Amino acid sequence: MSVGDRLRRSFPPRSLPRRLGFVLAAGVPAGLAITAFLLWVFPPLYGAFWDTTCTTVDTWLVCSGFLQRGFTAGALIGVTAPIVGAYLVNRQMALIGEALAHTAFGGVAIGLFVGAAVPGLDYPLLFALVAATVAALGMQYIAVHTDGYADIPIAIMLTGGFAVGIAIISYGVVFSATVESYLFGDILFVPFRNVQLMVGLTLLVAGTVALTHKQLLFITFDREAARLARVDVWFYDTLLIVLTALVVVAAMQILGAILVAGMLVIPVAAAMQVTDSFNRGLLLSVVFGQVAVFGGIFASYLWNIATGATIILVAIAVYLLSLVVGSR
Amino acid sequence: MTPAISVENVSFAYEDEPVLRDVSMTVEEGDFLGLVGPNGSGKTTLLKVMLGLQSPDSGTVRLFGTPAREFTEGTRLGYVSQQSTEADATMPVTVREVVTMGRYAHVGLRRLRDADRRAVDDALDRVGIADLADRRINRLSGGQKQRAYIARALASEADLLALDEPTVGVDTDSVGRFYELLDELNAEGITVVLIEHDIGLLADHARTMACLDGELYAHCGTREFLESDALERAFSSARTVRASALAGGDRR
Repeated sequence: MSVGDRLRRSFPPRSLPRRLGFVLAAGVPAGLAITAFLLWVFPPLYGAFWDTTCTTVDTWLVCSGFLQRGFTAGALIGVTAPIVGAYLVNRQMALIGEALAHTAFGGVAIGLFVGAAVPGLDYPLLFALVAATVAALGMQYIAVHTDGYADIPIAIMLTGGFAVGIAIISYGVVFSATVESYLFGDILFVPFRNVQLMVGLTLLVAGTVALTHKQLLFITFDREAARLARVDVWFYDTLLIVLTALVVVAAMQILGAILVAGMLVIPVAAAMQVTDSFNRGLLLSVVFGQVAVFGGIFASYLWNIATGATIILVAIAVYLLSLVVGSR
Repeated sequence: MTPAISVENVSFAYEDEPVLRDVSMTVEEGDFLGLVGPNGSGKTTLLKVMLGLQSPDSGTVRLFGTPAREFTEGTRLGYVSQQSTEADATMPVTVREVVTMGRYAHVGLRRLRDADRRAVDDALDRVGIADLADRRINRLSGGQKQRAYIARALASEADLLALDEPTVGVDTDSVGRFYELLDELNAEGITVVLIEHDIGLLADHARTMACLDGELYAHCGTREFLESDALERAFSSARTVRASALAGGDRR
């Protein structure tokens, strides 16, 4: 019997139709509610918040529309990336985020290409979302049918997604600045509709994790016991990897496809050094995520360095500090 | 009364290597079954098959009368495995958080309630590690850690407790207290299935014993079992060569 057979026997997707039904029954109304919120409630709230902040603080740092969108996007990924990362890191799945980011970049390239031909479809981040989600489901399929989340499929997906992106761009995308912003991240290049998408993704991810935290923690810590308690391990694996895809797409705007995994991993790694509790670690990693984002944006402004890079470097500085604190 | 576990003509193979051959046995509710056998005799596999974690190639397994794979009352099962999981060595997670996982099968998607927290506190008290509740699980000694996993099973209100060599690497004093705890829980009506190397120790506590080496050599009351030649036959069979290091009471 092959390894795949054994895994199939251990992880039968037995209640898939029921689970899918559940996801649709809960997901469609939630999705509609979030969409309605994003289209009609969020824009005035966003405007009112920044207007107030701008009048109160009155520096161009919070009054420029570019930076307002950048700060908002940064704060959002500083929340979602560490939350999802906490489960990934503790399952040694950190690089899956990187692989999904690279496939998302392939999606961006497709989106730019299609958008150039059909102006109505000029929304590359949506293409990234589709590409990353499909890649996530593919990864999960491979994991179920082979030997778990192995190196080889991850490496193939990582390079393959990127290769598709480069191929399409070299064939016929002219906006090199746009391409670069998705590759390395650009906080000054976040259109408002992308902020809306990121708010939506954040609500979706945070809501899902709030609902399923217990199950995600259980399968992270002790799969066998989770299966014994009749937790549908296969379903929650899929859920986690799809959430990762959503987060990666949201974060790609700021950090770029190449640096995205850093935000999933580094704040979590830092939090793990200084706490004994998973739940406290989860909250702390969000705090560290915010420190990295705002510290990074500030450092980037101060020294005129690319923001994605400074965010990751500040995160690493926090991590090094946590090593010192944690070893005491 | 429906038996807690019934296994009928179960066979199981990894790749082409048969592990279990035509095993049939029942475990009555309230039993304390000691499962012994040479290394590689399929004890762990049998335990997993009993719990529905593995499907047999042939034969049927029932948990409390329901086919094991369709058995959905996860709250009734507790499992303390042989090794610590990989995550429990590196992951920051407190003893209380681990024991709380025992409530998850009750809780589903809703939030934890006071009753759940009380069940966790009671379970921690019961196994005597309430003072360690906020300690990180990987800072506990082997014996304390196994108590934490028992507490998790108690928090889930399991009435079947399966343990796979829980005392490997645990010091002798703690092993004694660990067995006392198992006796108490069994006296309260919890069915215990225990895999253990130390046959002498097991014989002092188990109500029934079963000896396995691919096939089942005997399953009967402990005294009768010790007077039979089941052990001799199982441990001297051809499969045992691999396990020659195994004697009655080795403890690493």
